[in-house]
Amino acid sequence: MGFIPIAIVNNRNKKMGQTLFDKIWDAHVVSSNEGFPDILYIDTHFIHEVTSPQAFDGLRTRGLPVFRPQQTVATADHNVPTWDQHLPIKEELSRYQVDMLTKNCAEFGIELYGLGHPFQGIVHVIGPELGITRPGGTYVCGDSHTSTHGAFGAIAFGIGTSQVEQVMATQCLLQSRPKRMKIEVNGKLQKGVGAKDIILYIISQISAAGGTGYAVEYAGDTIRALSMEGRMTICNMSIEMGARCGLIAPDETTINYVKGREFAPKGEEWDKAAAYWQTLYSDEDAEFDSVLSFKAEDIEPMITYGTNPGMGIGVTQHVPETASFEQKEQGSYKKALDYMGLHDDESLLGKPIDYVFIGSCTNSRIEDLREVAQFVKGKHKADNVIVWVVPGSKQVQEQAIREGLDKIFDAAGFPLREPGCSACLGMNEDKIPAGKYCVSTSNRNFEGRQGPNSRTFLASPLTAAASAITGKVTDIREFLKEGELVS
Amino acid sequence: MSTKIFKHIQTSVVPLPIENIDTDQIIPARFLKATTRDGFGNNLFRDWRFDNDGNPKQDFVLNNPTYSGKILVAGKNFGCGSSREHAAWALADYGFDAVVSSFFADIFKGNALNNGLLPVQVSDDFLKKLFEVIDADPHAVIEIDLVDQFIKIVKTGEQESFEVNPYKKACMTNGYDDIDYILSKKELVEEFETP
Repeated sequence: MGFIPIAIVNNRNKKMGQTLFDKIWDAHVVSSNEGFPDILYIDTHFIHEVTSPQAFDGLRTRGLPVFRPQQTVATADHNVPTWDQHLPIKEELSRYQVDMLTKNCAEFGIELYGLGHPFQGIVHVIGPELGITRPGGTYVCGDSHTSTHGAFGAIAFGIGTSQVEQVMATQCLLQSRPKRMKIEVNGKLQKGVGAKDIILYIISQISAAGGTGYAVEYAGDTIRALSMEGRMTICNMSIEMGARCGLIAPDETTINYVKGREFAPKGEEWDKAAAYWQTLYSDEDAEFDSVLSFKAEDIEPMITYGTNPGMGIGVTQHVPETASFEQKEQGSYKKALDYMGLHDDESLLGKPIDYVFIGSCTNSRIEDLREVAQFVKGKHKADNVIVWVVPGSKQVQEQAIREGLDKIFDAAGFPLREPGCSACLGMNEDKIPAGKYCVSTSNRNFEGRQGPNSRTFLASPLTAAASAITGKVTDIREFLKEGELVS
Repeated sequence: MSTKIFKHIQTSVVPLPIENIDTDQIIPARFLKATTRDGFGNNLFRDWRFDNDGNPKQDFVLNNPTYSGKILVAGKNFGCGSSREHAAWALADYGFDAVVSSFFADIFKGNALNNGLLPVQVSDDFLKKLFEVIDADPHAVIEIDLVDQFIKIVKTGEQESFEVNPYKKACMTNGYDDIDYILSKKELVEEFETP
């Protein structure tokens, strides 16, 4: 599955001092004309039920087929219930949208990993776990968190529905080359601090718009030391600083992760692919339009207090004072604090919460579930908190059950649900009620994101789990002092 | 397939001086279940515009009869967050032809341009001036010219030029569409696929 442009890459004149992003981009340019965006070839197009129906309609109106259906992969994730998935979807509009996807995929010859399929799951979880997402590739999906796939050293864009139709019709995307930014993180992370804290920290430092117009390459020894799943968490949230995409150069960790997966290349094809992937890095003399550098030691467990992902603080810090912002920003800032029911200089530590959501394309992979299970084993959630653990895919769910994590979760009052996007955006029944606080491992704390008037504190899986146990916003490091966590 | 043509408008405007307006505010996720492009305008800014019972919130600008027009003027980083094109559909369906801000999120900007909704990026100073002018006179008329790439406060004559990708400008002023363009290069795509 997918298209590996090895021969084409080798035939091109290699320029000096190229970034990883430019190497992959150049290997996929079909046509480049002055004054026009480039026509970029897309290796795999992921689609889901929410942003595809109007695109299929567009094809029908034009009388066009899907140009490369074998390079298109579909799943149902946004609308699906996370309980009793074997029953028909109760909510009529959701059911209709999922049914439409099934009909459209059948009509246009697209492989669908729908409800009940062993490969079903959140689109950004299944692509990597099936070996469809690979180093050096180009991936798009009508979903902004497509940036996740960049963790493999790939170019991956979220696109709108008109572009979904465009890629269906042509297997290409018309796109201007973004600027390049490098974000380095070096040093050793504190105990209890993970990939989610790194990315929330970066966004808090550069704001929800700080990456707009850029393709961001993450580098440095802290990033290098992360597992593939940690790297996916980082790249996933690139869009939350406005970046067009995020990527990390492939290395042994990447290659070992891809090897042997369902659709990964096999045999001779694997050897060729793996050799090519080892050429994918930014040259030492590559020039970036912007370079930022952070120290791992400066990163605390993070939590957001506001209504965009840039509004984050270390969990021991206080909510900033309104007066610390420029006059013209103060109105928007006050609006955010009012919505969250918070005030200037408030400490979030110890603030009672109502819900904990562990899931989403940011943090629903097996390592996330293992980390949470290891921590909650032998503990129980606080009475005032409802906890939802939603695996990212059917495969993650099955793996968790094989490892007995479901039993640990059950004993802790953290029922393991079935895969889907769930309370990240509340398109299914999993909504946070108005006014309630949720510590969430998802990616957005926008007003109403988890349900009308819901209030979201974004955090890592460990911070979410610790907060579920105490019933309030908690510094995971407090537990570490008691020696309860070994990792 | 042709799309809506945009060349020039002159109209009163609707001010929304809030920063970081994300696409979840423009159209909340629970309204993304439609399978056509129509009707999203009814739920534009749904949770700012209506209370939980569906009654209009009087303090929201779209419910204030003083303000009307085909241009929305908003705070910086407009359209951040989700890639949902439904946000652009909702703004266009409601009746907006252009959005003015000092900064746009990338995906929203692309989606808007693909739907005949012009994103006009102005300087911080010009945006501040626009809000002051609208504050002083809610019926102030603004002119946007895509052909010559300027935005003007008609009463005072103050104006600023704005950038737009020349290809997207040609698409919007002629009603061209990206798919037509790529299909015209289809042989290059097939050539690319051949190792």
